[in-house]
Amino acid sequence: MTQHASTGADPYAATETETTQGKVYTVTGQDWDSVVTGVAEEHDDKIVVNMGPQHPSTHGVLRLILELEGETVTEARCGIGYLHTGIEKNMEYRSWVQGVTLCTRMDYLGNLAYEAAYCLSVERLLDIEDQIPEKAQVMRVMLLELNRIGSHLVAIATGGMEIGALTVMTIGFRERELVLGLLELITGLRMNNAFIRPGGVAQDMPAGALDEIRDFVALMKKRLPEYADLCNANPIFKARLVDVGHLDLAGCMALGITGPVLRSTGYPWDLRKTQPYSGYEDYDFDVCTWDTADSYGRFRIRLDEMTQSLRIIEQCVERLAGLEGAPVMVGDKKIAWPSQLAIGSDGMGNSLDHIRHIMGESMEALIHHFKLVTEGFRVPEGQAYVPVESPRGELGAHVVSDGGTRPYRAHFRDPSFTNLQATSVMSEGGMVADVIVAIASIDPVMGGVDR
Amino acid sequence: MTDGPDKSAEEKTHLAQREGGTQDASLDAVLSETADTREVIGERRGMFGASDGGDTSGYGGLRRTVTLPGATPPPYGGWMDEVAGALAKATGENGLESAVEKVVVHRGEITFFIAREHLAAVARILRDQDDLRFEFCAGVSGVHYPGDTGRELHAVYHLLSMTHNRRIRLEVTCPDADPHIPSVVATYPTNDWHERETFDFFGIVFDGHPALTRIEMPDDWPGHPQRKDYPLGGIPVEYKGGTIPPPDQRRSYS
Repeated sequence: MTQHASTGADPYAATETETTQGKVYTVTGQDWDSVVTGVAEEHDDKIVVNMGPQHPSTHGVLRLILELEGETVTEARCGIGYLHTGIEKNMEYRSWVQGVTLCTRMDYLGNLAYEAAYCLSVERLLDIEDQIPEKAQVMRVMLLELNRIGSHLVAIATGGMEIGALTVMTIGFRERELVLGLLELITGLRMNNAFIRPGGVAQDMPAGALDEIRDFVALMKKRLPEYADLCNANPIFKARLVDVGHLDLAGCMALGITGPVLRSTGYPWDLRKTQPYSGYEDYDFDVCTWDTADSYGRFRIRLDEMTQSLRIIEQCVERLAGLEGAPVMVGDKKIAWPSQLAIGSDGMGNSLDHIRHIMGESMEALIHHFKLVTEGFRVPEGQAYVPVESPRGELGAHVVSDGGTRPYRAHFRDPSFTNLQATSVMSEGGMVADVIVAIASIDPVMGGVDR
Repeated sequence: MTDGPDKSAEEKTHLAQREGGTQDASLDAVLSETADTREVIGERRGMFGASDGGDTSGYGGLRRTVTLPGATPPPYGGWMDEVAGALAKATGENGLESAVEKVVVHRGEITFFIAREHLAAVARILRDQDDLRFEFCAGVSGVHYPGDTGRELHAVYHLLSMTHNRRIRLEVTCPDADPHIPSVVATYPTNDWHERETFDFFGIVFDGHPALTRIEMPDDWPGHPQRKDYPLGGIPVEYKGGTIPPPDQRRSYS
């Protein structure tokens, strides 16, 4: 970066450097005029713009390399990796249960889906898929749907903000706050919940949670139509979204695109219906599709899916009301126990009841406590891949075990990562402003892309 | 979904190996029969898996091989036989008889081990043939088995047929010394980034990929981070006079 020696110079002015590839301008603020003048002198219409990784409209640390001719994008490429944190590698050095705490940090908006995919894979390797208690299954579905609403709200909110619809952003985050409040009530944390564990869920429903959820559903039934009133027929909104970021079914298949982008082509592929997991087959809901294969269709699908999620949550609440006191963790104590550490009233260490039990009453309990704390449980050799329908599409955890107490390998097939590959085909040939809309319609979460 | 029919034999082997071998001659026969098909990936020592520190348990001399589920004899059950049959027929017709090395059915999932030189052709058959029609690839990821001599690097592909609502897994191996696997980007363009990621983390070179460069790590990064011999990194943490080593240097019990 060029330093400005003279004190009188504008520190934010564009700087020029000659390179073997041509003239490079470093633009730091509202100084595009000097670039435009410079390019006009060169008589070269082609300009390569590096957008990001720090850019408010790229959904996090996504870097775009755009080749522009005038305002038309001729080539678009993504640069990723700025948020790579080695979560998959780290999981190989932690116990099977601790893996949940790591994988929930991948996609910070749809995090419960990551916990679910990982736990379903581990449960398949443990061969306990049939033993997961009903209440745990229902709680999982309810949390996944709450999470889906929260994630779609952020998708719509940030997508609106990026095209200047600031009200959509403020109301989107207003409602998301309610979802986070519910997640905090149930799991104890707003994000990174680490609540779904191999064998079930970490805790039972807290007192009064069902009433809170009923209130939330009732409120959302009033609020979601407000989004529709505000956006669905809004001429500015439609002018920015309709026919932008087009990708047809053949393109989706070739690029492995799933989720709302695939359903916006009219193909009703939703793993909750086609390959149900966690008892999704027991719930009454519709798969939302649209037939325009553009950003507007994806927006409408996300809006409709939130309504469907509310339907599922209502059914979950009814079922949970009849499951008072039922177990939420598999009966095998070796698997259940590491997830159900009862802590003392001061929040430090094991509960006194547990200490009394292992120190004073049962030598076997002490041995098991020691073994499970130092090692964790073992998972039989093999590999499993269980996909779930995350808010962004097919999310699968490929988990390999060598029979040890830690994952031998855990790989997440992340829908954000795969769907982001569509950036080029969605935005090339369009206007530079539409790149932002196209990416917003993919709704990538860079934490999931880079893992 | 159901497990393969060999489950009981497999479990028996599994159990016997867990207990550190057995003197029972009849069970030994079963062992040698099925143990051949299991893929040996390493050895576990002692009773508790601790690799450092003194083993005072008296089990320090115990040696057990670590194996992965081995080849499953047909029938595999249900739709899996249809897929395996159709694939065998198609590979036979195209002169690729040796393409499928073995088939493993485990926990209701079917894995086809494909000879790497035939991967590209097999992928095209799997996608295009009507009775297979695996039009969706969920990407590729690597697994590094340093103890699996001559097959250290495995590339694992998950395919989905939306037409028939079926999932299969393809596994392709290559030795560490010659880490080359043909690219399937021509058949499944979605694998573009997935193959770049697998190259980045495991050093598997996907021949025929349009632009195989690192994707997550910086371009000039040395080594391939998700290989087992690549350290996790981290520094010891001191707290109140005690020192806790980084996670990959702590005593482990695997």
